[in-house]
Amino acid sequence: MDELCTGLCRLMVDSGADAGLAQFLSLLVGVLLVSGVPLLTVILLIWIERKVAARIQDRIGPNRVGPIGLMQTFADLLKLLGKEDITPTSADRWLYNAAPLVSFASVVLIWAVVPFTPFHYGVDLEIGALFFVAVASFGTLAIMVAGWASNNKYALLGAFRVVSLLVSYEVPLVFALLVPVLLAGSMSMLDIVNAQTGMWFVVLSPLAFVIFYVSSQAETGRAPFDLIEAESELVAGFNIEYSGMKFGMFFAAEFLHVFTNGILMALLFFGGWLGPLYYESPLIAFAWLGLKGGVIYLTTLWLRNTVPRLRIDQIMAFNWKFLVPLSIANLIFISAALKVMQEIGWAPRDMIGAGFGELVPTTVVLLLINGAMIIYLLGILRKRGQEARRESQATRAALAHAAADQGAA
Amino acid sequence: MELNAVTIGFAVFTIFTLGGGFGVVTTRNLFQGTIWLMVSLFGVAGYFILLSAPFLAAVQILVYIGAIAILITFAVMLTRSVTRIKARYVRLIPSFIGSLVLFLILLLGITIPIFGGQLPESAPEYVATTRELGTALVDENGFVVPFMLASVLLTAAMIGAIFIARDENA
Repeated sequence: MDELCTGLCRLMVDSGADAGLAQFLSLLVGVLLVSGVPLLTVILLIWIERKVAARIQDRIGPNRVGPIGLMQTFADLLKLLGKEDITPTSADRWLYNAAPLVSFASVVLIWAVVPFTPFHYGVDLEIGALFFVAVASFGTLAIMVAGWASNNKYALLGAFRVVSLLVSYEVPLVFALLVPVLLAGSMSMLDIVNAQTGMWFVVLSPLAFVIFYVSSQAETGRAPFDLIEAESELVAGFNIEYSGMKFGMFFAAEFLHVFTNGILMALLFFGGWLGPLYYESPLIAFAWLGLKGGVIYLTTLWLRNTVPRLRIDQIMAFNWKFLVPLSIANLIFISAALKVMQEIGWAPRDMIGAGFGELVPTTVVLLLINGAMIIYLLGILRKRGQEARRESQATRAALAHAAADQGAA
Repeated sequence: MELNAVTIGFAVFTIFTLGGGFGVVTTRNLFQGTIWLMVSLFGVAGYFILLSAPFLAAVQILVYIGAIAILITFAVMLTRSVTRIKARYVRLIPSFIGSLVLFLILLLGITIPIFGGQLPESAPEYVATTRELGTALVDENGFVVPFMLASVLLTAAMIGAIFIARDENA
């Protein structure tokens, strides 16, 4: 009981409150804070997203409501709330209404294991990384349910398309996630960050970071993998029957998921809150995490607004024929190299608490392995690109030839 | 039985597990049945948490809800008109007897060690960590042989599935 009752709870007990009640209240405050932060962040995120997208497309973006358009999201929110709450007559009422909630909850649940600073976190689960993967699978479920419960064939087809994408990209995502877990020797998010005191994991395995980045971009349904909506040609997809705030929930979940992934990548690969002076104050630690997560988040927005959409067969081929084998190979090489180096004494047995000096040989060897893999991959990609280009040129030449023949005749 | 967080949790997860199972066998709609199945599996994940096995709980959700149940929904929806079955299953008495016998065998197997099992006197105080679970799986004195056998079996099954599903012309 005593180790559970610290901080606010201790304060309440000392001022004469019942111990059980005090513990319950302090837990409640913690839960509200952990779930409240993402709920409030998403309002700001929508504004950032629209502003960045506008800037990339040479527009100004929301600028009418409030200073520099900051209140725009509130206006939109009011509009969505004021809309008629429509449930299609032949829809499965229960499942139809539950799907947006599950979708949003699957993202908010991730924040339970996100440590904001060394001392401020929801819970430090022994299985933190696995928890993240497990709750993310609820998001897939929500889309499937939404597509089916709408009782609309376009919604159902859209859901199929998206779920096959999400399920496929979960594979390289998990394999890439295993690399930080392997390096830290723990699945707890706190341990993973603490293990990066000597060296960030992105330096030890840049390839794992790139795989994680690409697959999380796919998991959130962002360009070039935005089949999830594809407003312009695929009639929105699974959420076609949704309107008002239920529709808004799906979108809020997506916006929040993108930012959550940014924070997760900062934690898993960029040392989370580690940075100059982080031990001085939790605020500095929090600022470092926010800064790193924010930069990664901005690059995903940048990517989203720059690249065109891929076809579903291209997306699937890229995943199963490229990302999955690559992520497995990366994991095998890293784990083998790490084990060998631990045996001959080049790498520390335990990354947590290992200093920069101890990690220099590890870093050099792992980085060399990843570098060699990247060079080899670039060679393969170049060859494939050349082949594809030659093929398309041949087709074009043949077509031109046929047209010329017709003209002559 | 003392009323504390564990008892309440056990009650809630039992409602999830049994209620979900009840939903699976009573609903006439296969897709809703799948959703009920997920509810039931979710309840089982809750038991794992109560038994201090968070790793198994997460794996339960990841594998059963995240993968297998999604696969079932795919299969259900891709099968023509299977979501609206009108026919009723009428052989109730044989099914009742069959399930009763199965239940009794399970009950006996758990309470009386017929199959060589042994009930522990009380729940062990010791709680295994995920790290120990992992070590046990690859330890020579632990479960390395069954673990390897299971991996070989799964790989063989996967290769077999790919081979069967492969397009002859491709």
